Amino acid sequence: MPDQEQIQAQIVAPDGEQAPAPRRFFKRFNPGQRYMHAVLFTTFLVLAATGLPMRFSESIWARGFAGLVGGFGTILFFHKFCALALTVTFLIHVKDIFARAFVHREKGVFWGYSSMVANLKDARDLFGHMRWFVGLGPRPQFDRYSYWEKFDYWAVFWGMIVIGFSGYAMWFAPFFATFLPGWALNAALVIHSDEGLLAILFIFSIHFVNTHLRPGSFPMDMVIFTGVESEEEFAHKRPLEYQRLVREGKLEAKLGEAPGTWQLNFSRVVGFTAILIGLTLLVLTLSAYFI
Amino acid sequence: MTDAEIETGALKTVWFTAGPPPRITRLGVLAACLAALLLTLSLHLQAQTDCLACHADTSMQDSAGHNIGVDAGKFGSSIHGGLKCSDCHADIKEYPHPEHLKKVQCSTCHADQAAQLTGSVHADSKEHPCTSCHGNAHEIVVKSDPRSAVYPLNIPRTCGNCHSNNGMAQKHGLASVFPNYIDSIHGYALSKEGLLVAANCQSCHGSHNILSRNNPQSPTFKTNIPNTCGNCHAKIAADYFNGVHGKALTAGNKNVPVCSDCHTAHAILQPTADAFRSQSTPICGSCHKDKFSTYRDTFHSQLGSLGGYVQTARCWDCHDAHEVRPTADPLSPVNSANLISTCGKCHAGANKSFVQYQPHANARNRKLNPALYFIRLFMNLLLVGTLTFFIIHTILWLIRARYDQIRKKAAQGGKHA
Repeated sequence: MPDQEQIQAQIVAPDGEQAPAPRRFFKRFNPGQRYMHAVLFTTFLVLAATGLPMRFSESIWARGFAGLVGGFGTILFFHKFCALALTVTFLIHVKDIFARAFVHREKGVFWGYSSMVANLKDARDLFGHMRWFVGLGPRPQFDRYSYWEKFDYWAVFWGMIVIGFSGYAMWFAPFFATFLPGWALNAALVIHSDEGLLAILFIFSIHFVNTHLRPGSFPMDMVIFTGVESEEEFAHKRPLEYQRLVREGKLEAKLGEAPGTWQLNFSRVVGFTAILIGLTLLVLTLSAYFI
Repeated sequence: MTDAEIETGALKTVWFTAGPPPRITRLGVLAACLAALLLTLSLHLQAQTDCLACHADTSMQDSAGHNIGVDAGKFGSSIHGGLKCSDCHADIKEYPHPEHLKKVQCSTCHADQAAQLTGSVHADSKEHPCTSCHGNAHEIVVKSDPRSAVYPLNIPRTCGNCHSNNGMAQKHGLASVFPNYIDSIHGYALSKEGLLVAANCQSCHGSHNILSRNNPQSPTFKTNIPNTCGNCHAKIAADYFNGVHGKALTAGNKNVPVCSDCHTAHAILQPTADAFRSQSTPICGSCHKDKFSTYRDTFHSQLGSLGGYVQTARCWDCHDAHEVRPTADPLSPVNSANLISTCGKCHAGANKSFVQYQPHANARNRKLNPALYFIRLFMNLLLVGTLTFFIIHTILWLIRARYDQIRKKAAQGGKHA
C-alpha cells in the first residue's frame, strides 16, 4: 500500500526535519448521530437484558434476575419502555433521512460514497478484504462507510422493523388480530425471539470485535463517543474519503477539536460498561444453550 | 320425689336433722332405698376425697419418678370428674393400695373407640396411649371444650406433637406434615382465623380409625380422596366428577390426578397465590408432557415462569381446574365456540381472528404447524448463516490485522519483532 504509507509519512513528519505538528482531529459523527447511538445502545442493552430472561425463562439466571428485579412485571415494563424509546428514535432517524433527501435536497443520501446504501464497490470490498485476510491480495481502500459498517446499519434497520413489528403485534395482539390471521401471533413470538437473539449475538460478538476490539481500534473505537478521530486513524481506516477531501481541499472544513480528557474518560466508562454488560449477556445466552 | 331432688342432696339434711324415727311403711321402704342411694353417693365422694388426701399434691411422685399427683380442681371439672378413682384404677380395693397398679384400661368404658383404634395405624397402645391425644387422663374435657386437646382448633398441634420435625413420626420414617399443614390455607384458617370448620387432621384422616393411605378403606386412599375433600368442597367435587379426570377415576382408572396430586395433601396453598400458580403448571405437565412442552414455547409460559405480580395463563385458566372437559365438548372453555369469552378473560378485545392463536403450537412439527415450521426454519437459518459467516470473517480479520500490526512494529524496531 504505497500511497497510504506515503500519507502516513506526510502526517507524521510533513516537512521532514521539523518537529511533528500537533495531532489533528477530524469530525466523523455529528452530535445527533452520537446521541442516537447512545440511545440505541442503552435501550438495546436494556431490551437484551430484559428480553433474554424471557427467551430463556427456564434457566436459573433468568429466574434469579427476574426475582431480583421483581418478576416479569418489572421486566416487561422496562422492555416495553425501551421499545417505545427505541421506536421513537428510529422514527426520528427515518424522518431525518427523508428530510435530508427531499426537503434539504441533500445529495448522496441514497447513492454515492457517503450513502449507507450498498453498491458494487461494497461487494468488491468484501471479496477483496477476504482475499487480504488470507494473503491473496492488497487491503481494499475503504470510503466513508465500509461494507461491514453498512451491514451493521442495515441489520439494525431491518431488525427495528422485524422485531418492532412482531413486538407490537404481541403487545397489542387483539388489535393486530383484526387484520392478521391468528397464526401470525404464533409466528410473532418465533420471529421476535429469533431475530432478537440474532441481534444480541451479532452485536455482542461481531460488532464489538469488528468495531471496538480489533487491532487498530482496541480496546475501543472512541469516534462514536467523541465524534472525532485522529488524522492517522482517518487516513488509515478510510483512505478514499481522506484522499478525496485532500484532493478537493475540503479536509480543513472537517477539522474538529481534540477530545477533552473528561470526554475520553466518560466515553471509556460508558463504553466499557456497555461492552461488559454485552459480554455478560453473551456468556449467559451461550450458557443457556450449552450448560 | 324426683331423681333431681335426690341428686341435690337437699333431702339428706331433712332426713338426718328433722326426720322422725322410721316406721316400716311404704314411705319407710322408699326412704330406706333413698338412704342406700345417698350412702353410695357419699361413699363415692368420700373415695375421691380419700385418694386426694395424698394425690392432690401435684408434685407427688412414685418410686420410679412418675408424677402421680392429681389436680383436684381440674379433675373435678373434667368429664370424668363424677367417677370414683377406683372406677378406672379398678385394682384398688382398699387403703393402703399396692404400690404398682395395673395400667388403666379406657376400653372398659370406651369399647367402640378401642375397637376402632385396634384396626388403625395407631393400634400399638404402648406408643399411642389414649392420653397421647386426649392429654392428662385426669383432666380430659369434652371435645367441644376449647381446653380439650382434641378441640378442632387444637387437633393439629396435638397430632403435630408426633407428626413434625423431631417428632415421633420421624422415627418411623413418616413425613413431617405438621409444618406443611400449619402453613397451608387450612392451617391458616384454623390457626389465624379460628375457623372451626377449617379442615384439621381428623377431618380427612378420621380420629380413632385412622388407616394408612394404602388401605382402600382409608378416606385418604387415592380413589377416596375426591369424596373426602368433597365432604366440605361439595361443588368442586361435583365439578371434578363431571370432568375427564373424575370420570376416568369413577371408571376405575387410577392414573388420573385427584385433589392432592395438584393441591398436595398438607401444604395446600391458596390456588390464586403466585406460589401455587407457579408450582402447579409442571404438575399438569408431568402427565401432559407434549402439551407442557409446547406451552413452554409460548409467551404465557415464558413470562409465567419468571414469577411476579402479573398473571399469565396457566393450564386451568383456559381448561378449567376441576371440570376439565375434552376440547370437543361444547361445555369446554377451550371449545372453539367458547374461545372468545375464554381468551377474553385476560385479553380485552379478543376477536375471532385473535382466538385462532394456538397456545400449544409446535414450531418443530411441519405437519401440524407448517407456516410456523418454515418461519422458524428461516429464522434459524438466517441466524446461523449470518453468525457463521461473520464469525469466520471476524476471526480471519483479527489474525490478519494482528499479523500486520506486529510486522509494522517490527519494521519500526518495535517490541513485537
